[in-house]
Amino acid sequence: MNRNGAFSKAFNILFCAFMLAPIVVVLGVSFTPEGFLEFPPSGISLRWYEAILDNPDFIQAAWISLQLAFAAATVATLLAIPAALAIGQSRFRGRDALQAIFLSPLMVPTVVLGIAFLRFLSLFGLNGTFAGLTACHAIIITPFILRLVLAAVTGLDMSAARAAESLGAGRWTVFRRITLPAILPGVVGGWVLAFITSFDELTVTVFIVNPSTTTLPVRMFSHITQTTDPLVASVSSVTVIFSLALMILVDRLYGLDRLLIGEGKKA
Amino acid sequence: MAFLTLDGLTKRYGEVTAVDSLSCSVEKGEFVSLLGPSGCGKTTTLQMIAGFEQPSAGHIRLGGRDLAAIPARERGLGIVFQSYALFLHMTVRENVAFGLEMRKVAKKELKARVERALELVHLGALADRYPRAMSGGQRQRVALARALVIEPELLLLDEPLSNLDAKLREEMQLELRRIQREAGVTTLMVTHDQSEALAMSDRVVVMDGGQLQQVDSPFNVYETPRCSFVSTFLGKSNNFAAMLESRDATGSVLACNGVTLRGPVAHLRPGPAEIAIRPERIRLAAPGEGLLRGTVQERVFLGAQWMLAIDTPLGGFLVARPNSGAQEVEIGAEVGLDWSPADMRILPAGEAA
Amino acid sequence: MTSRPWLLSGPALTLFGVLLLVPLAMTFVLSFNSFDFYEGIIPTASFANYAEVLGDGYFWEIFGRTFAIAAATTAICALIGVPQALILYRLSPAWRSLVVLIVIGPLLISVVVRTLGWAILLGNRGVINTALMDWGLIERPFRMMYTSGGIVLALVHVFVPFMVLAVWAALQRKDPATEAAAESLGASSFTIFRRIVLPQAMPGILSGSLIVFSMAASAFATPAILGGRRVKVVATTVYDEFLNTLNWPLGAAIAMLLLISVMAVMLAWNRLVERRFGEGLQ
Repeated sequence: MNRNGAFSKAFNILFCAFMLAPIVVVLGVSFTPEGFLEFPPSGISLRWYEAILDNPDFIQAAWISLQLAFAAATVATLLAIPAALAIGQSRFRGRDALQAIFLSPLMVPTVVLGIAFLRFLSLFGLNGTFAGLTACHAIIITPFILRLVLAAVTGLDMSAARAAESLGAGRWTVFRRITLPAILPGVVGGWVLAFITSFDELTVTVFIVNPSTTTLPVRMFSHITQTTDPLVASVSSVTVIFSLALMILVDRLYGLDRLLIGEGKKA
Repeated sequence: MAFLTLDGLTKRYGEVTAVDSLSCSVEKGEFVSLLGPSGCGKTTTLQMIAGFEQPSAGHIRLGGRDLAAIPARERGLGIVFQSYALFLHMTVRENVAFGLEMRKVAKKELKARVERALELVHLGALADRYPRAMSGGQRQRVALARALVIEPELLLLDEPLSNLDAKLREEMQLELRRIQREAGVTTLMVTHDQSEALAMSDRVVVMDGGQLQQVDSPFNVYETPRCSFVSTFLGKSNNFAAMLESRDATGSVLACNGVTLRGPVAHLRPGPAEIAIRPERIRLAAPGEGLLRGTVQERVFLGAQWMLAIDTPLGGFLVARPNSGAQEVEIGAEVGLDWSPADMRILPAGEAA
Repeated sequence: MTSRPWLLSGPALTLFGVLLLVPLAMTFVLSFNSFDFYEGIIPTASFANYAEVLGDGYFWEIFGRTFAIAAATTAICALIGVPQALILYRLSPAWRSLVVLIVIGPLLISVVVRTLGWAILLGNRGVINTALMDWGLIERPFRMMYTSGGIVLALVHVFVPFMVLAVWAALQRKDPATEAAAESLGASSFTIFRRIVLPQAMPGILSGSLIVFSMAASAFATPAILGGRRVKVVATTVYDEFLNTLNWPLGAAIAMLLLISVMAVMLAWNRLVERRFGEGLQ
């Protein structure tokens, strides 16, 4: 049923154009043969993609970002699953407070989180270490996973776990064979969302990296604030393609809207 | 010694007592129903037997052992949940095999037992389907097969038919009873549906307000209810407050709203009482004849029978009349009501109108 | 039994306690310390940093600009996000998944990349100015880089998906038959929108506004790239204090003031919403 009139259709097209414009521009600029930001490009050239290969800085930063996102998303998922089971499956004193604590990184301005982590890590000499970065990223992305896993846990039919228990399954077996498979879409969706969030994180990370652990967004940010050459556009384009691929994968797997709302159903 | 014994079983949630010192027993091979309105404590009782709730007081004994210290997963009971609780990510076969896997049953035997269980519920052909793709009745059978395949000492059914539509429910009543007989398993069913309880059980345990009201065969709870609640909860009944004036070995005399009625042998002392008469035991007579005079207020056709609402000096009566093919009395007609004293039940004074 | 939830959430709670609550508390303490260029951080306890910030018009201007940008971003997001959510809600499923990808997908693309796109579009020799000059609509470039307006435009792009999502989620929760019911009672389509759809979308609009406002008030990357040193906001000021001036106590005080003011706005907003709409919002 499409009950949108002509005005709505026009609005929809303009809105979509607005959303796509900056991304299309970045993709377009990355193919320029010139040495400056130019759109539309005067020709098609892979010059600035080849330039990435000559810049080990960007490649190393991308590698660190991938490792960091993988480690942080995994740590956060391992912590969030039991926490979501606790919050979603039982009623106890302090439950609401617990949930508020785990969601609080969404409420505190990121710049405040950044300096808090900087202050803490530098006191213990952990500033710029991979372990420190992983722990801080894990905290920032835990709310995203927790929300998705929690939605999956609360939608769970508790009697399935009870049925398994009555058939002789122990707690761990119930979790592994019944609960985990049932919440798996939420867990995978949460992991991917957390991975992307960590991979793209700038505001907190900019405070707590050192030159040897600089992540891709931080490298790109400092590059943009210093010079304006199309190199950063070609690097951006690669990350856009990467995000797009993940996005389509997630949409097929879980539904993009569900992933980002953290609720609702898809048939 | 009975097979399953509940002894003073009590469950309190803070101030609320959900189950109040319930004592009853189930014999081996028997099919017993826990019947009552919602909130009567029947489901809580089932949860305690299953091991999902801890009793506040009392004991549950199964085959001589006390279940108190045994966790749910070691009780070895077969349970069919109201929602069926099927494992949606497993096929029918995997669902049924799960309990046997937990028992580490050898591959070959497991396969054979799953096959047999699926045959028992007539699902052999659908073994590799996923539950999502099945109808309500089929899911119900999967749940049953999964519970029976572990050869439980006791089968617990929690409102097993409530998610099915009316026609399927009647079919499944017979089917469930057949499967239970074939498997020979002792069964306790929780239900709020009195016709389901009457049709399927060897004995019915009627509960209300957390307390046991009556335990008896379906015929007896219907025919000789022991209290006002049981008489009205199972089937329809015309109940009126009355005064038991005298009784002897041949019968009794009651006064009810100025009308003197003869009743059966009473086990109560003379004093306030309640009378109950089933709608189908009342005969219509010509006006002025019979025990009471009345006016037909409402007439409802139910297919096999008519249901009449008749206004009398005692109050409103429901009268059921078999559909004999002839035209039934019209609304507004004057009629006489008659019944034999043996069809009247005398109950302890209750809260009837 | 009762200890099980704590056991399960224990690992996460430990991480959050050690690495979130303690650092925030330490930052709060830091804001009362003082700073000397040669000696570094001196563990004093005074309100000097707060007095400096609150007594300086320069900081007032930065805070004022930050909240003005956040408020404008929120208003525009509501203005264009609500109709878009409604359009999305009414689209056929096939079109919807495409439009969802376009509208919400950018959330998964780095803010740095999206802001770079806006820098290319908004520059004096950028796409928009070049096009307008080519068409002869303007003679000299219209300045959009290094202005609050440019920052708002890019922030709307960054945050409007959250508004669309919040409103769309609210619309999905409503009974689709309510519109048909209103129509059967004789309501015009405008009345249906105003009396039936909008009130039911209201919880989404309000929660979406809250999300957008709080994120826009503490946004860093977009104002840093599009505003540079000329258009400073609170987040970029904190960044400069910490990583350039190295006056951490002053930076901590500015950050705490940001935290407190954002929290205050959120609480006031919640209070207002509760009083205005009461139990109608679930």
